[in-house]
Amino acid sequence: MQDLGIRVLFMGNNFIRLLKGLGVALKISLTAVILSVVLGILLGMVMTLKNPVTKCITKIYLESMRIMPQLVLLFLVYFGLTKSFGINLSGEISAVIVFTLWGTAEMGDLVRGALISIPGHQYESGAAIGLTKLQIYRYIIMPQTLQRLTPLAINLTTRMIKTTSLIVLIGVVEVLKVAQQIIEANRYTVPDSALWIYGTIFFLYFIVCWPISTMAGWLEKKWKN
Amino acid sequence: MKEKEKLLEIKHLHKDYGNGPVLKDVSLNVHKGEVVVIIGPSGCGKSTLLRCINGLEQIQSGKILLDGEVITENKTKWSEVRQKIGMVFQSYDLFPHMTVIDNILLGPTKVQGRDKKEAEAEAERILERIGLLDKKNAFPRQLSGGQKQRVAIVRALIMKPEIMLFDEVTAALDPEMVREVLDVMLELAKSGSTMMIVTHEMQFARAVADRIVFLDGGEILETDTPEKFFTRPKTDRAKRFLNTFSFHMERERGGKAI
Repeated sequence: MQDLGIRVLFMGNNFIRLLKGLGVALKISLTAVILSVVLGILLGMVMTLKNPVTKCITKIYLESMRIMPQLVLLFLVYFGLTKSFGINLSGEISAVIVFTLWGTAEMGDLVRGALISIPGHQYESGAAIGLTKLQIYRYIIMPQTLQRLTPLAINLTTRMIKTTSLIVLIGVVEVLKVAQQIIEANRYTVPDSALWIYGTIFFLYFIVCWPISTMAGWLEKKWKN
Repeated sequence: MKEKEKLLEIKHLHKDYGNGPVLKDVSLNVHKGEVVVIIGPSGCGKSTLLRCINGLEQIQSGKILLDGEVITENKTKWSEVRQKIGMVFQSYDLFPHMTVIDNILLGPTKVQGRDKKEAEAEAERILERIGLLDKKNAFPRQLSGGQKQRVAIVRALIMKPEIMLFDEVTAALDPEMVREVLDVMLELAKSGSTMMIVTHEMQFARAVADRIVFLDGGEILETDTPEKFFTRPKTDRAKRFLNTFSFHMERERGGKAI
């Protein structure tokens, strides 16, 4: 029983390293989330325009981002750009770019959905009490859009956090990479460390994502009309 | 007895959505303190007429004057004009993310820049009068249709409009809730408010109106006192309309909603 794999966790600064790895993953995903929210709101507003040109372009963008596996997109940006255009991006920057591209598309679609779900008479009854266009957006449309959007955006956030685990494949040293290093280093002394280390990562992701998901559910219930 | 000053003048109004005229040469004056009820078959342009007055629809020609000033020009500051014209719609159109009191106070505080405390005190007075003070902090989703519609009326009233427009405000309500809304409107009429009402409630129209305007096919066919209009309509179309309606009324007594 001396050889329980869990002791790997507490050897040296392994646990701290895992947490730091998680920090890298979170930093990348949260940066991408923030950029995606800002750009996605703009995209979503553009998507509600009746202009056929913007409609077509945004549709192509959205669908291609959805159809393409994020991993392919990562390879495309990280390896493709380097080879073809001589642009040398670090793994982290590539990851932020890819997840922002993807997140913006998803977020844009959520924003579009939330915006068009506000019934037209909400605009009219705002106008009828003398509110200006800007005030109608500020006091009536935006708050309702945000209410509908927030739970969905939070769910997207957790999806993005989880999907960042792919970036191990373009060599970013995040939590999974650290795990692999630890497991490799202890391959002979602690053969079953993989279970314990990956198990720990499972719980780390759970600890990060579960409160976020719960909050989304709670907000959804609270704002249900 | 209605020799009062003209508040609203509609002159030769034409409205077209692009597939045939909806309003044809509609002219109508509304005097201060007068209650005008507009009736007519569905799709005759009644609602459109109200929406034009409030600037929610563009008109093709003609003009509308409020207090002697033309309000149908490009430079019209609708935000200002709409403070003088209160409007209540058919759909429950409260803002769902705000409580009752916030719904009511949005206009006075944000549009008119009134003191919140003072406006709130007034809102409470009106809410109490219509028996909804206990719902002050409720959200619209917690109210019945009739309660929502009464709050919508308060929201328009608190702006102290010179004229109130009611666009089929009971049409979407369950029958048992119609009465509470109509009672509020009756009380308003008694207190001397100027009102234009589009409704399908004929008995109510008769009770509340100073003048009935019968609209069909986008034209005003008849204008008369309710007494005369309902007992001796001049045009055949009005007669036919009233006949179909009394048929509906029979069915309604049988417990069926329209």
